[in-house]
Amino acid sequence: MINSLYLQLLVGTLIGLGSGYIGSFMVLRRMSLVGDALSHVALPGIAVALLIGINPFIGAFAALVVAILGIWALEKKTELPSETLVGIFFTLSLALGLLLTPEPELLEALFGNISKINIIDAALTGIFTVFIFMAIRRLAKGLMLSIVSKDLAKSVRIPVDKMNLIFLLLVAVVVALGLKVAGTLLMGSLVIIPAAASKNISVSLSRYTATAAVFGGLSAFSGIWVANYFNIVPGPIVVLAGGIVFLVTLLFKK
Amino acid sequence: MANQETVLTVENLGVKFEDDNEVLKDLSFFVQKEDVLAIVGPNGSGKSVLFRALMGLIRHSGKINWAEGLKISYVPQKFHIDAELPLSVWEFMKFKTKNRTKIIEVLKAVGLAEHHDEHHLVSHILKKRLGWLSGGQIQRVLIAWSIIDNPDVILFDEPTSGIDVGGEETIYNLLKKVKEERTLTIILISHDLNIVYKYADSVICLNKKMVCYGRPSEVLDPAALAKLYGGETAFYKHEH
Repeated sequence: MINSLYLQLLVGTLIGLGSGYIGSFMVLRRMSLVGDALSHVALPGIAVALLIGINPFIGAFAALVVAILGIWALEKKTELPSETLVGIFFTLSLALGLLLTPEPELLEALFGNISKINIIDAALTGIFTVFIFMAIRRLAKGLMLSIVSKDLAKSVRIPVDKMNLIFLLLVAVVVALGLKVAGTLLMGSLVIIPAAASKNISVSLSRYTATAAVFGGLSAFSGIWVANYFNIVPGPIVVLAGGIVFLVTLLFKK
Repeated sequence: MANQETVLTVENLGVKFEDDNEVLKDLSFFVQKEDVLAIVGPNGSGKSVLFRALMGLIRHSGKINWAEGLKISYVPQKFHIDAELPLSVWEFMKFKTKNRTKIIEVLKAVGLAEHHDEHHLVSHILKKRLGWLSGGQIQRVLIAWSIIDNPDVILFDEPTSGIDVGGEETIYNLLKKVKEERTLTIILISHDLNIVYKYADSVICLNKKMVCYGRPSEVLDPAALAKLYGGETAFYKHEH
């Protein structure tokens, strides 16, 4: 059977790797809260997609892009993302999504359901994950320098605003992909927790980003495997697995 | 006035913030090749704003003309680097060049290797998080970062802030040494008038507009300083 546990594990691990990797820069940019709330925005997108009968991934991605453009504009204007505004706007969209999403699909949209994955999803996830790794690798220097000092980054001709937009759009791709694993409620943690764990134990940037990716992959793999064994929804278990990794790294904090 | 050796010409430069607050008004000056230009002034007088305008980081009125083909390095005012930030000194330097020998050579030159102990530098400092270094060490790393790709011009915003008095002297001597070794024009912001006297060819006293401009020994008189800082200034003039 093609829709096997192996396929779920493969897709889940790929998404975990990508989420951990991109999450490492989100955490450094102090976007943890934004990252978490951002995933909520996907819900009304999924709802609308279901209502008009298109692929929910497209609906989620479209909603995320709208939210991303909002964050980008805010960042450009005010240096720091305006957390209150983001918090209000994103929870409102969650409320709206809860009302709009058809009842049968609601649970799945909220917590994800990777057991419905097919071979095309797997192929697309593979392509997107490779793309995300390549893109973030190219952006890494600029992202890091702008975290150290925006002026320093601009002084070496890094187009900070443009780079931020590309980065945020990549975040939208990762979050939209990850909805299958963790759903709109929990996807944010799949991005944030592995990176936070890796930050505890890493001294260098290369080690930090690589470890974050590995932690993401590991959480997804073990979460899906355990969930399958006990026959429960994988999303929450994946997030809990990440939580355990985080607690362990706290013991070795640098 | 301006000739082919001029690297920077500024005419009627003005900067306004969004609330229409004028931070810089009607500044005109020029910088010759290999000059050291110091900018002095009280807090909030627009010194850092001037630098950001020169680097093209903020909107301004008037003209800023750099000579063509210049490589300009900029060290912003001391900024906080989070001790939690996972970025090693080595990786930070690698953003500028992958040449290991050169990185080590420059870090030694800025005095990061105690007693020129290369082993200590390579096995301890380079592998540390940037944010774990002391204020003075970070400043030295930033200076190394700014000179490693042989710029023609360096803009330093308070290069010695956070460095103890002994270290301060070392940094300026270092800048002087670097300048002697290569063709380098330096524009720096400093709060220390003695340093300005010792190292600068010309000085701009800034308090939103130009209060004085010229050779330090000629223009930094008590009257100008009183006008600049608004009162008595404990300062004595060096006789050279």
